[in-house]
Order: sequence, then structure tokens, then C-alpha cells
Amino acid sequence: MSGGAVKGIGFFDSPFSHRAEAALSRKGVPYELILEKDLRNKSELLLQHNPVHRKVPVLLHGDRRAVCESLVIVEYVDEAFQGPPLLPADRFWARFIDDKATCSTEFWLAMWTEGEVQRGFVKEIKENLKLLEGQGKGKRFFGGDAVGYLDVAASAFAHWLPVCEEVAGVSLVTAEEYPDLCRWAKEYTSHDAVKQCLSDREELLARFSARKDSFVATARNDIEISSNYMIMMI
Amino acid sequence: MAGEKKQGLQLLDFWVSPFGQRCRIALDEKGLSYEYLEQDLANKSELLLRANPVHKKIPVLLHAGRPVCESLIIVQYLDEAFPATPTLLPAGDPYARAQARFWADYVDKKLYDCGTRLWKLKGDGHAQARTEMVEILRTLEGALGEGRFFGGEAFGFVDVALVPFTSWFLTYERFGDLSVEKECPKLAAWAKRCAERPSVAKNLYPPEKVYEFICGMKKRFGIE
Repeated sequence: MSGGAVKGIGFFDSPFSHRAEAALSRKGVPYELILEKDLRNKSELLLQHNPVHRKVPVLLHGDRRAVCESLVIVEYVDEAFQGPPLLPADRFWARFIDDKATCSTEFWLAMWTEGEVQRGFVKEIKENLKLLEGQGKGKRFFGGDAVGYLDVAASAFAHWLPVCEEVAGVSLVTAEEYPDLCRWAKEYTSHDAVKQCLSDREELLARFSARKDSFVATARNDIEISSNYMIMMI
Repeated sequence: MAGEKKQGLQLLDFWVSPFGQRCRIALDEKGLSYEYLEQDLANKSELLLRANPVHKKIPVLLHAGRPVCESLIIVQYLDEAFPATPTLLPAGDPYARAQARFWADYVDKKLYDCGTRLWKLKGDGHAQARTEMVEILRTLEGALGEGRFFGGEAFGFVDVALVPFTSWFLTYERFGDLSVEKECPKLAAWAKRCAERPSVAKNLYPPEKVYEFICGMKKRFGIE
């Protein structure tokens, strides 16, 4: 195939890793998947190819230097390979997902905290999800009739969020409150190109359950650190 | 005036914002005329709130009345909406484009936040911010490599993303007790090179003015 073999460095648990796979799968690009075993003990390969962020996913295409950052990878895959387009890239809403909804720090903290602190996060998240819900109205996918850039960007909502909710014993998203998002989630996770690179739900559940205590402990620590920052945007 | 109406471009912005300056520089690099609308961030206008209901922030580009938000998204939009103008993302090379997006994203994720912590915090927080700032600047210098600009020979996307922050270097230096020239001489040279471009010279404020602004902010927030 033109340009050389494609390899992805990923991690079973990671929805960001899935974004890269979903893009490749949707374009019909064959790739080899190299899974990190433990992100607390990262491989030489990962550190060598992503020295800046030291994170998954990483895309290796032939001899080129690595492409890093999941949304950058998705755009690269769309531009570098033939196949059904993921564009137009809805960069604004994809970024919104990373900063404010599903993939944001606040979302993660909402899962693993309790009481007043949790309620604060949940309130903001629910408002942001309402905005995202509006983007999915009346369409099968965010991209219209076909899975596109924003669908891939939002994949954590479809598959990882319900697992986290179950492990945390929290219900952030109900079909009553978010009918379009929930309908979209079903469509996305049953799509052929997506299904084959979704991490097995039962195994995700087992892995997250096993790490629940460490998630809670880290969340507590993160809250303490950020409350010392008093960061306000100008 | 007639030119502005023809292209229908307006920019909602705030004078000292490096994010807004990215857009101003991009518009000038492309030779696009636009109407600049200074916003009062303490008292946000109906126009701004309607144009950016999600984040309520500047910059916002209005193109024939339709809003585009988020500075790097605006810059990419300008490349796509005005294909006859000089492109900022490297054309026709997906890999180079991916690298450009990666480094612009790096600036977004790291620089502004670290800089803010540098002038707002004291003690351990401040010390950590200083260490991080040096690392960030060195990493960026590494990305620059031996090229004249981040994209190589041509001033491009990453240069646009980073150059407004060069006006903030003095502020970082004073609050961080560091020297960009000493830590990252190549980056300092790049900053000087960029400052020679009309689009940059016209749209950046003198570093002393930025420092004055930040000192004012500190007083306002009661941080001494």
C-alpha cells in the first residue's frame, strides 16, 4: 500500500486510542495495532515516538515520524488515505468534547468524586451535554448519514461513558434527558467499521472496576491541587 | 470600507489577546480586509454572546454574519474559505499538516496556562510553573530546529499560533526570573525574525505594554 505500513500504538482502555482506530477502520486502511500493557510503565517504543506528551495514541505511517494527538491523527488519516471522507471536520465541537464534555477533566472528576464537589461538576457537565445534544438532532450521525470526524471524536460518550457510570454507580446520562445523544450512541456502536475496534465492554468493565479505588484517590488529589491554582481565564 | 463589506469579515476581539492576534495576523498575511470590533470583556456585548453562546469568548470571526470561534479553528477556516490567498497550513502534504496541527495544539495546551500560573502563583506553584515554562520553551525550540520558521522556509500555521506570545516573553521573564535569549537563543532569534513581518509588527503590542497590562490584572485580582 502506498506510503508504507501503518501501525498504531494504543491502549485497550483508552477512548482516545479508539478514535485513531475508528478513523483507520472507517477509511478501510489496514493497520497493525501495538497495545501498551500498562500506562504507568510505558514502552520504549511509545516514549521514543511521542517524547513530547508520552501518550497514546500514536500513528506510525511508513518511515515518517509519528503523528500524535488523537484528533490530529484523525485529520491526518482523512487527508493521507483514500476512502470515505471523515470531513468536513467539525473542529469546534470536537474541541468542545475535549475541553468541556465527555473527554474533559471535569467529566472524569465528576465520575469519581462525591457530594458537593460532584454536584458542582455534574451541573456544568449537564449543561454542556445539552449543547452537544443539539448537534445530533435529526441526524443519524453527527456527520449526517455516515460516520464522520465528530462521531469519531465523540466515541467516548457512546462506549466508555456507560462503563464508567456503571463502575462509579453514577447516572449522568439518561435517554429521557438526552434522547438524541443516546440514540446516536446506539447507532455509532453498532456501525460495522466502529464495532471491530471497540474495546470489549465486559473487559473494560472488569479493568475499570479493578482500578476504581485508584481513580477515586487520583481524583481527590487532583481536586486538591487545582483548588490551589485559582486559575481564572482573562 | 468597501473592501470590508465585500468580503463581509468582522473580528470580535480584545486588544491584548494573543488568541485574537493570531487571527489578525492570519487575516493580514492573507491580505483580507476586515472590520475590527473591540470587545469589553467585563461587560460582554449582545453580539458576542449571540456569536459565541458556548464559550462567550473572543476571538470570534464573523463571515457574512456567520460566526467561527476558537482562534486556531478560525485560522484553518480562513485557509479553507479563501483558497486563493497564501495558505498557512502546508498545502497538499498531510504529514506536514499533521505536524503543524500538533505543534499549534501544543502551544494551546501548554503555554498560556503555564504563563498564567507564572504571574498568578507564589511559592511551590510558582516554582513549578517556572520549571515548566523553561521546558515548554525548550521543547518549542526543538520543534523549530534549524528552520527559519516552524514550517521551514515559509511563515505558517505554527508561527501564527506562537508569535503573539512573543510579546509575553518579557512578562514571563520578569515573573519567572528567566531569560528566553539565554535558555532558547534560536527561539529568540525566530521571534526577532517574525517581528520583521508587517503582519506581526502591525498586530503585536510592545512587550512593556503587555507587562503593564498584567501588572494591572494582578492589582485588580488583589495578587501581590
